[in-house]
Amino acid sequence: MASEDSRLRVTVEDGVTRVDFIDRNILDEANIKAIGEDLAQIIESTDKPKLIISFANVDHLSSAALGQLISVNSKIREHSGQLRLADISPQIYEVFAITKLNKLFEIHETAAEAAGSFS
Amino acid sequence: MPDPQAQPATPQGRVEVANDRSAITALGERVLAAAEIAGYSEASRFAVRLALEEALVNAFRHGHKDLPKNETVGVEFEVDERSIRLVVTDRGPGFAPDDVPDPTSDENLTKTSGRGLLLMRAYMTEITHNQAGNQIRMRYCKPASEG
Repeated sequence: MASEDSRLRVTVEDGVTRVDFIDRNILDEANIKAIGEDLAQIIESTDKPKLIISFANVDHLSSAALGQLISVNSKIREHSGQLRLADISPQIYEVFAITKLNKLFEIHETAAEAAGSFS
Repeated sequence: MPDPQAQPATPQGRVEVANDRSAITALGERVLAAAEIAGYSEASRFAVRLALEEALVNAFRHGHKDLPKNETVGVEFEVDERSIRLVVTDRGPGFAPDDVPDPTSDENLTKTSGRGLLLMRAYMTEITHNQAGNQIRMRYCKPASEG
């Protein structure tokens, strides 16, 4: 599970892990690396993880954060898990659209909708 | 005699930034505060902040890859009511922008890096590089809808 000084808030309900970011800006490379490590730990400690990453609190994110999400997506596939992204503001969604990562990730409007999408 | 304490009509500056989160954040906030005063919308400020962050990340991560960690990157900015100009200069050997692979192609979509330049090009109105490839000059023109 995420460490005490984690930049993530983690909740588990009905076998689905939901992760929220504490910071509004996901820009700092050291923080992004730490977030990746925390998410890797969650994935590795769960059988066939079902993970929702909510961007409800996020105002800004960098391409380094996108890179970390791609790593998380690969790791979750290695563990036969499923990843959903949710609560993405139109501004942040545009970043996904420009980079065409909206094709790579399964994005839902809300975390509740994402929770209902797992097979 | 001009008042030496008077703020310039056009907020502008030239700073040397270390690879330090608090220094980068402070610079970003300085530029965005000037942009807000000059009437740029939240969407415009989002675009400018993202471009500045990506330029600095690229400068430190790629430009300064083989340089001492305390080397600084030069940033010039100028904000007026029509446009925002940013110039980011690193001390590295430079790169050829045309050689950067397209990160949106199918074969590159799962790569974990290489999207910074794409985002800067998408969000800024104009981007040019110097011949050496160690300086990026960006301009964001205020959309007509923002007055």
